[in-house]
Amino acid sequence: MKCDFCDSKATVFLTQLVEGQMKKVCLCDSCAKERGVTDPTGFSLADLLMGGGVAEGKPIAAGTAIPMPLGNGTCAACGFTLEDLRRVRRLGCSECYATFREELSPMIRGMHKGPSHQGKVPAGLMERQVLRQRLEELRARLDQAVAAESYEEAAGIRDEIRQLNENLVS
Amino acid sequence: MMRFSTLVKHPADWMTGGKGQHGAVITSRIRLARNLRRHPFPGWAKRDQRAAALMEMKPAVEELPAMKDAFSQELSGLNSVQKQVLVERHLISREHAARADGSGAVIERRQTFSFMLNEEDHLRMQAIRPGLQLGSAFQALSELDSQLEESLEFAFDPKLGYLTACPTNLGTGLRASSMLHLPALVLSDQIGQVLQAVNKIGLAVRGIYGEGTESLGNLYQISNQSTLGESEETIIRRLERVISQVATHEQNAREKLLEDDPDMVADKIGRAYGVLRYAHLIDSKEALNHLSLLRLGATLGFFPAETVILCDSLLMDIQPAHLQLHSGRKLPPEERDTIRAEIVRSRLQSLESPDNHFTNGKSEASSDINNPGDL
Repeated sequence: MKCDFCDSKATVFLTQLVEGQMKKVCLCDSCAKERGVTDPTGFSLADLLMGGGVAEGKPIAAGTAIPMPLGNGTCAACGFTLEDLRRVRRLGCSECYATFREELSPMIRGMHKGPSHQGKVPAGLMERQVLRQRLEELRARLDQAVAAESYEEAAGIRDEIRQLNENLVS
Repeated sequence: MMRFSTLVKHPADWMTGGKGQHGAVITSRIRLARNLRRHPFPGWAKRDQRAAALMEMKPAVEELPAMKDAFSQELSGLNSVQKQVLVERHLISREHAARADGSGAVIERRQTFSFMLNEEDHLRMQAIRPGLQLGSAFQALSELDSQLEESLEFAFDPKLGYLTACPTNLGTGLRASSMLHLPALVLSDQIGQVLQAVNKIGLAVRGIYGEGTESLGNLYQISNQSTLGESEETIIRRLERVISQVATHEQNAREKLLEDDPDMVADKIGRAYGVLRYAHLIDSKEALNHLSLLRLGATLGFFPAETVILCDSLLMDIQPAHLQLHSGRKLPPEERDTIRAEIVRSRLQSLESPDNHFTNGKSEASSDINNPGDL
């Protein structure tokens, strides 16, 4: 089988689901290296960032500009921007996934079998997340109770918050 | 703390193999990617932020019971040959070897587990085992991951799973892969078809050594690409199924080659033996290709079965950094060919010629051939 980019023999084969359809790229070793595909994991994002060149079965010329989704967001947690994403093809921090949710979700859909996680869930971590959520609810209720001047209820909520906080720290 | 020289003095556990693992599947590798909550990813983090993440992770990893007395080192404390040796042993990635300040590696004594700290993700942990053992390698690594969760808080989203620097690793953060030796599929021109079929299922296939158009040593790696939307078990089950099918194809192709064209097979193996036993200058391409045939010969009964282990350790020991480690100094490429030939000759010194062994031990040979249980 020949490389999609030159006439050498292809040694690297990548297949992905893109918009529900199986898409395939064949590369020879040197083209793969040139495009940073020696680690097949690094490729899918690049591939998708390339705006569907591969998805439409067209070979991508070397040095083709990579069109990115529009938007000028900056991650509040780490200062990472969409411009940075285009440059480094990686994200800045875990919060970036929330910041750039809209831009990322079509890419993520394209590169994986499904849009949501089915695997291992860290036990302690999930508990902490549930606790955090509960804490937020309680704080909102506390504000309401104080605003409504129901101090007895507010005191109860405050005790509950204190208890949860202790659980979170331990 | 374990010294580098102690770590690499012995071959890794997976290199010396387990019983009944002498077929087409050489190793199984599991990698999990994890990141710390509230820390920027290593590639985006500033120097002090990387250092802070390292400070948090390093003791947590070192304190794992399985990592007792492990080799633990910041990459800035290793020279380029030492780093390259770790790459050649698949203990750290090529990308990781290029890093220095703020990155580290913690490697278990027997080299079955390794942790890269501040690679592309904060934590890349790996388990490597001989033969086809993806399931058990995952179980073992997942156990270490769960133990780490008690002291480290990983970035996790209920919908997207474990959050990684690159969205291609999202979800499980799992990369499962096996290294396969497929000489008979190559010799019988079936390799293209088989790899294409594997590829169609959404798995990645690549040659392990070699540049340009060839795969040296008939060595291939099969791995999953998608990490989100399926459980670890589903991903691993599919891979194990596909890999064992490929191994069966290889086994069938070996039997058929020997049946259809025994002279050609004996000739190739005999020539490989001759070159490896008597060459004084051998480049890595020639060595890899002949070692591949020697390994094939061992599985077909031309050589004693343990020759497979000898070949697998030689595959590692003839790599450039291993040669330089062996000689204790930097070697220009021409000199490497001399040292490589020297090492190969000395290791094969007591290996009897295939003709002797094949005619003397025919019954043994045929029982090996009829035993696909090896795969």
